[in-house]
Amino acid sequence: MFIEEGTLFEQSSPGRTGYSLPACDVPKPDPLPANICRKVKAELPELSEADVVRHFVRLSTYNYNKDAGFYPLGSCTMKYNPKSADAAAVMEGFAKSHPYQPGETVSGNFQLMKELENYLSEISGLDAVTLQPAAGAHGELTGMLVVRAYHLDKHKNPRKKVIIPDSAHGTNPASVAICGYEAVEVKSNSDGILTPEAVKAIMDEDVAAIMITNPNTLGIFEPNIKEIADIVHSKGGLVYMDGANLNALMGIARPGDFGVDVMHFNLHKTFATPHGGGGPGSGPVGVKKILTEYLPNSICHPRPPKAEGSHLWTLDSSAVADGNDALSKSIGRVKAFYGNFSVLVRAYAYIREMGGDGLKKASELAVLNAAYIKSKLIKCYNLPYSTDALHECVFSDKVQNEFGIKTLDIAKRLMDYGMHPPTIYFPLIVHGAIMIEPTETENKAACDQFCEAMIKIAEECRTNPEIVKKAPTKTFRRRLDEVKAVKDPRLKIARACG
Amino acid sequence: MRYLPHTDSEIREMLATAGAKSIGDLFRSIPKSCRFEGSLNLPKALSEQELLDHLKNLSSKNKTGSISFLGAGAYRHFVPSAVANLVARSEFITPYTPYQPEISQGTLQTVFEYQTMICALFGMDIANASHYDGATATAEAALLAAKQTRRNKIAVSDAVHPEYRETIETILNPSGIKLAPVAHDADGCISKQSLKDICDSECAGLVAGYPNFFGVVDDLSYLADAIHKAGGLMITTTPEPLSLGLIEAPGAFGADIACAEGQSFGCGLNFGGPYLGIFTVKEKYLRMMPGRVVGETTDADGKRGYVLTFATREQHIRREKATSNICSNEALCAASAAIYLALLGKAGLTKLAELNYAKAEYLKNKIKGSSLKIKFSGPTFNEFIIDAGKPADDVLTGLQKQNIYGGVALGRWYPQYKNCILACVTELNSREEIDKFANALCL
Amino acid sequence: MEFPDDIKYTKEHEWVRVEGKTAIVGITDYAQDQLGDIVYVELPDVGEILSKGDAFGVVESVKSVSDVNSPVSGKVTETNDPLKENPETVNEDPYNEGWIVKLEMSDKADIDDLMSAKEYEAYVTEEKA
Repeated sequence: MFIEEGTLFEQSSPGRTGYSLPACDVPKPDPLPANICRKVKAELPELSEADVVRHFVRLSTYNYNKDAGFYPLGSCTMKYNPKSADAAAVMEGFAKSHPYQPGETVSGNFQLMKELENYLSEISGLDAVTLQPAAGAHGELTGMLVVRAYHLDKHKNPRKKVIIPDSAHGTNPASVAICGYEAVEVKSNSDGILTPEAVKAIMDEDVAAIMITNPNTLGIFEPNIKEIADIVHSKGGLVYMDGANLNALMGIARPGDFGVDVMHFNLHKTFATPHGGGGPGSGPVGVKKILTEYLPNSICHPRPPKAEGSHLWTLDSSAVADGNDALSKSIGRVKAFYGNFSVLVRAYAYIREMGGDGLKKASELAVLNAAYIKSKLIKCYNLPYSTDALHECVFSDKVQNEFGIKTLDIAKRLMDYGMHPPTIYFPLIVHGAIMIEPTETENKAACDQFCEAMIKIAEECRTNPEIVKKAPTKTFRRRLDEVKAVKDPRLKIARACG
Repeated sequence: MRYLPHTDSEIREMLATAGAKSIGDLFRSIPKSCRFEGSLNLPKALSEQELLDHLKNLSSKNKTGSISFLGAGAYRHFVPSAVANLVARSEFITPYTPYQPEISQGTLQTVFEYQTMICALFGMDIANASHYDGATATAEAALLAAKQTRRNKIAVSDAVHPEYRETIETILNPSGIKLAPVAHDADGCISKQSLKDICDSECAGLVAGYPNFFGVVDDLSYLADAIHKAGGLMITTTPEPLSLGLIEAPGAFGADIACAEGQSFGCGLNFGGPYLGIFTVKEKYLRMMPGRVVGETTDADGKRGYVLTFATREQHIRREKATSNICSNEALCAASAAIYLALLGKAGLTKLAELNYAKAEYLKNKIKGSSLKIKFSGPTFNEFIIDAGKPADDVLTGLQKQNIYGGVALGRWYPQYKNCILACVTELNSREEIDKFANALCL
Repeated sequence: MEFPDDIKYTKEHEWVRVEGKTAIVGITDYAQDQLGDIVYVELPDVGEILSKGDAFGVVESVKSVSDVNSPVSGKVTETNDPLKENPETVNEDPYNEGWIVKLEMSDKADIDDLMSAKEYEAYVTEEKA
């Protein structure tokens, strides 16, 4: 049952409030100068606490969510978010600490951050990690700024281009563009992988780096990665890895061991922190030793105190104040403060609860679930690349096109079966892509139910295509008019803003 | 392992279906030379009980019980229980980005209402669905101004939060856009002379703190006039948007882009993140705007609904030509802000702002009556600069011994102000605390 | 799908109709069909000088963006301003009312290597397969 809920403003009544203000225990001050005073109060709604709670609880029921069911978004790694990690994040010592508290009063935070840096280093086989970036794309930007700083320092020239495969996430070319680089596309071959020849053909001394997702967005491990890294290195370039798909590799293969110089982690994917309806995420960046000095400045790198026997951790900010040359090579700061700390706490909790063997097992079962689903759906859906994939599989709507059905229709129909659709129309190299990533936290029964729904939908495409084209019908809202949203833009409630 | 549901027999069955002999078989596509053969050197797995004990222990190494006057971009405000309760709901915290609107109306309507309230508060036409934080939002604003005007210099007040300035510099550096610092006067406001010198026809825009890092509130109208005459964009950045309960909305003062750090609105301190980057623009910059935005439309039955819209600006469609590389944002923090602002309401926001202002002025007056000085004469909201007359670091260390976090020493960023302390007073500071602080400080 | 005979076509799915010194440029029926509902057309400034192959504008649907490239070199003399309000005209009448710019051509030979209707139809059929 869905209860129709209006907007906050439609329920507002003048004079109501949902906030209890403490009495003012100080004298009334002189007013601010008139020229800077607000003339008209901001039109916020006026509601009681119960009104507000009911409003947002009702809205919440319109959201499908991971805790409610299967959520096989490829590339997004929607795994179960441990509740212990949420409990840790709100512990008073973490949640109520201020970023400018004296260092010795937040040594628990620094210890946690330092240990998390070490864990991520170990998992990736890289030498140093910054926790500052707030999301995956922010990590890409940070990593590419590091690449740029390295070339400027070593070659007095940032170089001009970055090689990016045609299967890459859109953030990759967008991130390199901010760093002043031209994105040069390299095509994957008919097996969905990069060949050393294709890279060799465009690799020259103008190329700053290659940006590779591994496993790639088809879920396929790039088997030539080492050779490709050698080609790039031989021309003085660097290898960046988009770590979005690290969930396939934990304890199995380490980027630092197969030629990667710099990568970002998505803590909200691989390390089970909640996606929050679009964020916050966290995108730490790991690098090889040659790049360490270019990482965001030392403030993100807590160090234990020099004094023996002390249990306190503090910042190593003295070096900055001294104008230490080594630190002046840093790209600088990429956001205020240290990073998305409460996301770091959650990822830390997850790693500690899993341990090394647990993480490896998670990757193994993530791959098993994807392989299982692939083998069950292959009879109903076109699999454009048959190369062995790891944690996700990419089908297309080619078979269903014959009945006038597109990927979008299949995705919408899945909602009627009570499931979130897979990622659709990505990667771009697959026409009508359906990208399925079940993750390891789904049990066999959930995978089976998903496959049954997909098989039924394939059947419906043949026998009753109209029902698929009209889907969804059981959701809170049916298909929304996205053309109208652009042609007649309403980006806020008109009444509230005059 | 409680997050891994597979039984041994299920694994066998699934392997058989997948045509694999063993788990190892599933990884045969990874060349031997790329394999990691050892086992990860990580601490051994903990039970939930052990984990929470460990984390309790770690978190209690932090000292949070002191009387605090810390602000400087991260503000101590009371967070109503309803905010924490609502955003902890699985329905809000565990979904992905609302790319499938039919089953994401909760997040979409929440963000739409957030956009509405933020526009009302800032006096602006359009708000996006959020950025990482105030610093990155401000950097994106500077980038927008440079792209829009095709100029490669941006005037930045030296009284903008130093960490924001560093962030802007880092992000603009590769595009060859130079930051031109604009000096401040003895009142803590932007120097008119410096403004005149810097804001020329090469200048893409002016970034001004509002209130600035010294807590001082500039009269934005003359700043906006100056930069508009030069053909640049007026960009404001507000680290403490609660101030907008009392001070004029940036939009009413001629801001083209108004950014802020929304942490004050129900996000808590969390040692610096996640916070909430607020980003608002005047309508004509909609197509240049970075980040997601939610719009209202109708569904196939004609019912009102919401979608992510104007997506062709974004990286997943426009790739290297996108207005920004941002993908994940801070949607859950935007939800916190929406709930917080809805609870406060029209009158509550003003009253809470008045309370902050009254308490800060109380401390200010105490200091004015002592041997210490208020550094800048310009009007302030809930934080201001105290000139302690001796090194601030020593003063703060002394205060800390009395269990008081007396604020932030300015010398770290402004060597000329090594005797200065940035102190912030909020509704959480009682009169007794303020008296104790003033006494300790002025002794 | 229409492929009028009186115009020339590019591989990027623009068409050009030459009238004296003037080249009228738009996107093809196939291109508008691939894009779907067009919601935005970005036009160049009148007076802008374009070289053959330059991207001068953008056509957007809800979920895709397409650059429009100039099939010939020349100076922009007129833009189809009503498209700002009614971009759907490009869907409805791509070859007539849905034109995008008019250029004063600097070299009439620019059109020599463009495709004829027949060649373009064959090209599109191949692309679809």
